[in-house]
Amino acid sequence: MSLLVLMDVSLFTLLLATALAITRLRALYEATMLTALAGLLSASLFVVLDALDVAITEAAVGTGISTVLFIAALRLTRSREAVTPRRRLWSGGAVAVLLGATLLYAAQDLPPFAEPDTPVQTNPVTQTYLHESQEDIGVPNTVAAVLASYRGYDTLGELVVIFTAGVTVPLLLLRTRRRAERDEAHAGEEGAEGGTEPGTEHGTEHGREHSAEHGAEHGAEHGTEKGAEHRSARAVVMSEYRVLRVASKVLMPFILLFACYVLFHGDYGPGGGFQAGVIFAAGFVLYSLVFGIGEVERVLPWPVMLGLVPVGVLLYAGLGVANMALGGAFLDYDTLVPGHPEEGQHYGILIIETGVGITVAAVLIAVYYSFANRGARR
Amino acid sequence: MTGGHYIFWFVFVLMVIGLYAVISHGNLVKKLIGLNLFQIGVFMFYIALGKVEDGRAPIVEEGVEVYSHPLPHVLILTAIVVGVATTSLGLALAIRIYEAYGTIEEDEVIERDKAAEQDGTAELNGTAERDGVRGGEAGP
Repeated sequence: MSLLVLMDVSLFTLLLATALAITRLRALYEATMLTALAGLLSASLFVVLDALDVAITEAAVGTGISTVLFIAALRLTRSREAVTPRRRLWSGGAVAVLLGATLLYAAQDLPPFAEPDTPVQTNPVTQTYLHESQEDIGVPNTVAAVLASYRGYDTLGELVVIFTAGVTVPLLLLRTRRRAERDEAHAGEEGAEGGTEPGTEHGTEHGREHSAEHGAEHGAEHGTEKGAEHRSARAVVMSEYRVLRVASKVLMPFILLFACYVLFHGDYGPGGGFQAGVIFAAGFVLYSLVFGIGEVERVLPWPVMLGLVPVGVLLYAGLGVANMALGGAFLDYDTLVPGHPEEGQHYGILIIETGVGITVAAVLIAVYYSFANRGARR
Repeated sequence: MTGGHYIFWFVFVLMVIGLYAVISHGNLVKKLIGLNLFQIGVFMFYIALGKVEDGRAPIVEEGVEVYSHPLPHVLILTAIVVGVATTSLGLALAIRIYEAYGTIEEDEVIERDKAAEQDGTAELNGTAERDGVRGGEAGP
């Protein structure tokens, strides 16, 4: 049994056990934590399967951002699932088993795993992407070359999808100013009840237990104050933990620096705009988890944040238009530096990746803001 | 033949577990978690197809001849980020449903809708949601 098989089997066994535990758990916080574990395990599997760029993304998204978003959503809803009626379990199980059987049947036609002569490897496009790209584009990381150059239209489409989500979530969750004022006035009457549960559920389970105690104390002290104070009360509670405070403050510059490295080194090593954007957003989300959303809003005001969401898309599409103005096709970077197509490709890929990074980071931070703000005003 | 397919079987089991969680659980957040699991299964499937025995990550170096295929990596890399964007949209919708209905259990939402319909409060389509709350609170 080779090392590859051993690693695959053991990691997949852990992943499946985690998935089974998630379906059985009715406590949704615990299920969310296990989802983070599943994300980490799948990131490790991606490394085993040679997909380093994917592994960076999955580690930052699966264990970082999406866990925080799930917890933020649970804070605004209910954290315990109702008992599922038995008949649902049967119907769901039947459909799932049917799918499994169909897939198993279809898998007979799949090429064997990791063999060198599968259709994926013998397709002419493999030769183009792996070897001819070195002359066409001259970027050692072929993932970046394919992402930004060969399949530039595709990536633009994906970015527009992310942009749309980044516009829709704030639209769904942010209240208009007039409505917020009305609610504030309303909340003033009910402030006493709301104050007893400042949302401190972020972080690990351990942290949650402790901060819940603190939260109760604080709630008792500030319980009679109005909704506006809730936010600062929560920030005080979270940043009272010295370890959290110091660790997040020390880590913050390194996270941002690493994001920049991942962005600008993406041509030569694993990395690129998507990964950098996610890591950048994760840094800000970590900071605002500990110090409160108000602190981050001082650095990156909300209008600036929302303004940055379309900037990346515009940069990307604008480059395409510039290429057309220079006499090439849409997103044909060869035209950027006349006479030196390879240099043009370099600049083109860099601009594209920067655009992707800006929009991805802005969208994820905006989404987190909308979740957190809704919690603060309730 | 069978030895070469083991990783796909793992992937299929993961997809089955994810789909089961989506269908059989009534809780909207749990459904999204199940969808995430299913998504991880799909990602694994793509990446596994691109893997070659003794291959290296597709970053061209001197002296390395065998690389895994970069195209699945590109597709999945973007799909992960799009996945978190759509998940956040789903969570935002779940929060709005909770605020309108006071629950994120599918069955309870449907019950409230039915109760509201019987009360005859949900006549206008545009305001159906808000009326649903009032009807739901007054109904049972």
